[in-house]
Amino acid sequence: MAISYDEVVAKYDPVLGLEVHVELNTESKMFCSCSTVFGGEPNTQTCPVCLALPGALPVVNARAIESTIKIGLALNCQIAPYSRFARKNYFYPDMPKNFQISQYDEPICFDGYVDVEIDTDEGLKEFRIEVERVHMEEDTGKSLHVGGATGRIHGADYSLLDYNRAGIPLVEIVTKIVPGTGKYAPEVARAYVAELRDILRGLGVSDVKMEQGSLRCDANVSLKPMGSDVLGTRSETKNVNSLRSVERAIRGEMIRHAELLDAGAKVKQETRHFQEDTGLTRSGRSKEQAEDYRYFPEPDLVPVAPDAAWIEELRKALPERPSLRRKRLKQEWNVPDKEMAAMVNADVLDIVEATVVLGADPTKARSWWLGEISRIANDKEVSVTELAITPADVAEIVALVNKGELTDKLARQVVEGVVAGEGTPAEVVAKRGIKVVNDDGALMAAIEKVCSEQPDTAQKVRDGHIPAAGALIGAVMKETKGQADAARVRELLLGHLGQPVN
Amino acid sequence: MINQTAAAMSEALVKGEVTSTQLTQAHLDRISDVDTSVKAFLHVDAEGALAQAARVDADRSSGKKLHPLAGIPLALKDVLTQDGIPTTAGSKILQGWKPQYDSTVVSKIKEAGIVILGKTNMDEFAMGSSTENSAYGPTFNPWDLSRTPGGSSGGSAAAVSAFEAPLAIGSDTGGSIRQPAALTGIVGVRPTYGAVSRYGLIAYSSSLDQAGPFGRTVLDTALLHDVMAGHDPKDATSINGKFPDVVSAAQKRDVKGLKIGVIKQLQGEGYQKGVQARFDESLQVLASLGAEIIEVDCPSFEYALAAYYLIAPSECSSNLARFDAMRYGLRVGDSDGASAEAVMSATRNAGFGHEVKRRIILGAYALSSGYYDAYYGSAQKIRTLIIQDYAKAFAQADVLVSPTAPTTAFKIGEKSNDPIAMYLGDVATIPVNLAGICGMSLPAGLADEDGLPVGFQIMAPAMCDDRLYNVGGALEAALASQWGGHLISKAPALGGSK
Ligand SMILES: [Zn+2]
Repeated sequence: MAISYDEVVAKYDPVLGLEVHVELNTESKMFCSCSTVFGGEPNTQTCPVCLALPGALPVVNARAIESTIKIGLALNCQIAPYSRFARKNYFYPDMPKNFQISQYDEPICFDGYVDVEIDTDEGLKEFRIEVERVHMEEDTGKSLHVGGATGRIHGADYSLLDYNRAGIPLVEIVTKIVPGTGKYAPEVARAYVAELRDILRGLGVSDVKMEQGSLRCDANVSLKPMGSDVLGTRSETKNVNSLRSVERAIRGEMIRHAELLDAGAKVKQETRHFQEDTGLTRSGRSKEQAEDYRYFPEPDLVPVAPDAAWIEELRKALPERPSLRRKRLKQEWNVPDKEMAAMVNADVLDIVEATVVLGADPTKARSWWLGEISRIANDKEVSVTELAITPADVAEIVALVNKGELTDKLARQVVEGVVAGEGTPAEVVAKRGIKVVNDDGALMAAIEKVCSEQPDTAQKVRDGHIPAAGALIGAVMKETKGQADAARVRELLLGHLGQPVN
Repeated sequence: MINQTAAAMSEALVKGEVTSTQLTQAHLDRISDVDTSVKAFLHVDAEGALAQAARVDADRSSGKKLHPLAGIPLALKDVLTQDGIPTTAGSKILQGWKPQYDSTVVSKIKEAGIVILGKTNMDEFAMGSSTENSAYGPTFNPWDLSRTPGGSSGGSAAAVSAFEAPLAIGSDTGGSIRQPAALTGIVGVRPTYGAVSRYGLIAYSSSLDQAGPFGRTVLDTALLHDVMAGHDPKDATSINGKFPDVVSAAQKRDVKGLKIGVIKQLQGEGYQKGVQARFDESLQVLASLGAEIIEVDCPSFEYALAAYYLIAPSECSSNLARFDAMRYGLRVGDSDGASAEAVMSATRNAGFGHEVKRRIILGAYALSSGYYDAYYGSAQKIRTLIIQDYAKAFAQADVLVSPTAPTTAFKIGEKSNDPIAMYLGDVATIPVNLAGICGMSLPAGLADEDGLPVGFQIMAPAMCDDRLYNVGGALEAALASQWGGHLISKAPALGGSK
C-alpha cells in the first residue's frame, strides 16, 4: 500500500490552490474601534459592534482598506474602482452576528501574480503563481472547549467564547489553480507563502507571524493522472501555520490521495486539519454538500470606491519587491545562490543590508550576521534582531578589523560584549582593554623567544618547510594573549627565518 | 395641559408657567389613566423621566440656554436602544435585555433635554402593520378601542393620539410611521434614508429602515425631526451634508406656484370611499392655496409590494441571525448535554413569533443559491425602476401625494389571518422606502362611513424633507381653519380628562 513520493510524482500531476489569510496590523478592528492587541484578557476588547448587540452597526476601517490595496498592488493585482462588502451567512457561536462581513463577487483586488524561484534539478527555475483575488473580511472569535478528551467541541462539558479576535481585519489572498509544478509542488507552495510573507512584511501591513496565526494558509491539493486534463477531487487542509508545515502538508496530501487513487478509492472533497506531530492530516468537515452561505451585498456599508489618484500614490510608495531586491542584492554583493538562500532562510537579509549601507563589506557583514551572531541568537533561542547588537555596531567592528585595530578573534570578544549590553564596540574595546599588539618590536621579541624554545621547528622552516610555521605562529599568538595580528606575525616570522613572504 | 402642542408646552416652560416636572407628571398620570385600555407602552420609566425633568428644570432656573424641546416628554418606540432601559423590539427573544448603550437618536434627544417617558409597543421587530404582532399583546386605537392603531409603530402613534405624550419616535421600513399616523389622526414623518442615524435602531431591513418623528401638528413633528437628523460617523449609510431646515419650512406654509403630483397608481380602485373623498378635498384645498395639481405616472409602483416582500425579508433573515441565545436575551433548552446548535434552534423557535418566522424563512429562501437572481436580484431591479419613476415624477412636480393608507383603521383581528390583505395596506407607503426618499402623513379628516381618521401622504426627493413640512404645514393650517381646530381635538376622551 505504501507509496513513495517519487512514485506519486511519476504517476500523478498535482494541482494546487492556496488561500492565505492575513491579519492586518491596524490598531483597531475592521468595523469598530476596539483594540487589536494580541493576548488581552478574554472579552476585554469588545463593544456593541463586535459583540453584535441589537442595533449596532459596522463602519469600515479606512486603514484596512489602504493596507488591502497596498497588498493588491504588491501582488500585481487590478484594483476595483468599485467593490462591495457582502454578508456570508452561517450560524456559529464564535461569530457574533451569525454572518461574516466579507467580499463575495466584488473583491477589491483581482488578477495578480507572484513569481517564486525554486532550486530544481535543472538549476534555479521560476514559477508564476496567479492570484485570483485579494479581499477583506473579519475574523471570528475563539471557542475554548472545556472538559472532554481533546479540547474539541465533541465531548466537551461546556464551551467558553472569547470575542477579542472577533472583527480583526483579515485579508484573504486566493490563488487561481496552480498546475505544472510537478514534484516541486510542496516547495513551490512553501516558496509562495514565504514570498507573500516577505512582501507583506515589506509593506508593513501585518505582523505575518505564522505561529501566532496572523498569517495562515489553507492548502487545496488534487491529483490527476499524468497527461490527463480532468482535475481530481481536492481536499482542503486548513490553518497550516508554518512554512515547513505547508511543504509537509502538501507532500502528505499528495501521498494520501495517490494511495486512495491507486486503491481505486475516491478522494473525498473535505476539509482536513494538519497535525504538526505526525505531519499527516485528519478529516474535518465534509464538503460534499456545498454549504449555502446566502451571500448578499452588506446593506449597512456603502461600496468601496477608492480614488484613482490615491491608488497611484500608494503604488508609487510601494517598497521594492522582495524577489527583485534579492536579485539586486545578490548581484551587488556577488553572493553565490546557496549563500543567498541561507541568508533568506535565516531572515538576516534586512539586517545585512543595513550593515552594508553603513559601510561594511558585504561578505564580512554577511559572515558576522550569519555566523557568530546567529550562533549567539540560537544559543539564546531568540532571533538576531532581538539581540542588543545593531547593524551600526557590526559595521563599526568590521571597520576596526579592517584598520587592523582588532583581529577576528578579538572582534568576537567585542561582539560578545556588545550583546551583553556593555556598550558600543568602542566602549567594549576600552572597558575590556582589548587591543591588537602591533608593535613589531614586541612581536619580534616573542618570535625570538618562541624560536629559541622550539629550535627544531624553527630549523624546519629555515629549510623551506613552510607549513611548520603554523606551530610557531600559534605559540607567538599564545605568548601575546591573542592580541597580535596573526598575519603580521606570519610576515615577521617568515622574514626572521629567511623565507619569502607570499 | 397635556392636550397642548409641544410648541405650546415649550412656550409655557420658557415663560415659567409650568415646570418640566409638572408636565412630565401630568403625562405619567395620563398614562396611568388610559394606558390600561390603549396599551401603548411596554415600559414606563417614571423615575428616569422625572429625574431628567428635574435636571432640565434646574438647568432652566440656573439660566442655562436650553433647546426648545427641553423638558418636553416623549414616547420612544421599543426598537431603539436606551442605556439601561429594557428594550425588546416587541419580541420575546429580547425579554429582559437591557442595552449597555444609547442609540444615536436617544443620545441626541437626551442631549436636547427631551424627557423619555418610556418604550412603546410595536409589531415584533417592526414586522407588521397593526401592532398585533407584538409578543406583548396589541395596542388599541384611541379613536376606537376595537381597532388597531396601525403599525408597526402603533404604540408611539397611539401614545401621541391618546395624549399620553406630545411627541413620539417611530421607525418606518415600509410605512410604519406614516400608516399608524394616518390611522390615529396625527402627523408622522419618515425622513430621507440616511438623514437619521440607524445606530442603535434594532434592524429589520437595513436598506429600508429609518427612524422618524410623530407629533400632533406639523410644526411639533418638525421640531423633533430637527433634533433627530444629522450625520453620524457610527452609521456608514448616514448622509454627510447640509440638512434642510424643516422647522422654518413648517412655518413657511407657502404652496403658491408649487407643482403637486398625484400618483396615478396610488388612488381610486382599492381605496376606501371616505379615504378617497378626504384625499380629493385636500387636493382642492392645496389648489385653492395656489398650488398646481398635476397627475404623474409611476408604472413600476405596481411591483413595489412584491419587491418589498423580497428585500425586507431577505435582509431580516440575516439581521435577525444574531438572536442566538449566546450573548443576550432569551435562552431556551440549555440543559445537560444540549449543543450550542440545539440551544440556538430551541431559543429561536420559542422566541420569535409567527410573522417573524414567516419573513425569516421567506428571506432565507429568496437569498439561497439558485433562487437569488430570480428573487432578490429581480427585487433590486424593481427598486431601480421605482427610483427612476420617482426621478421622472419629481422632474414634473415639487412634491408627490397620495392617500397614506387605502383604508381607515381596521378591527383588531380582522386581517391577522390574511397576511396578503395586511401587506396590501402598505401599498402607498412602500415606494418611498424602496427609493430612500422622504414622506409625511398628516390628517385629512374623518371618513364619512366610519368616522375614523384619514391620512394624506406627501412625498419629496431625498434631502428635500423641508418640502414635506412646507406643504404639510400649509394644508394643515387651511384644514384647521375649516374645521375650527386640529383633527385630534375630535378624538374621543378615553375615560380620563384631557
Ligand atoms: Zn468592537
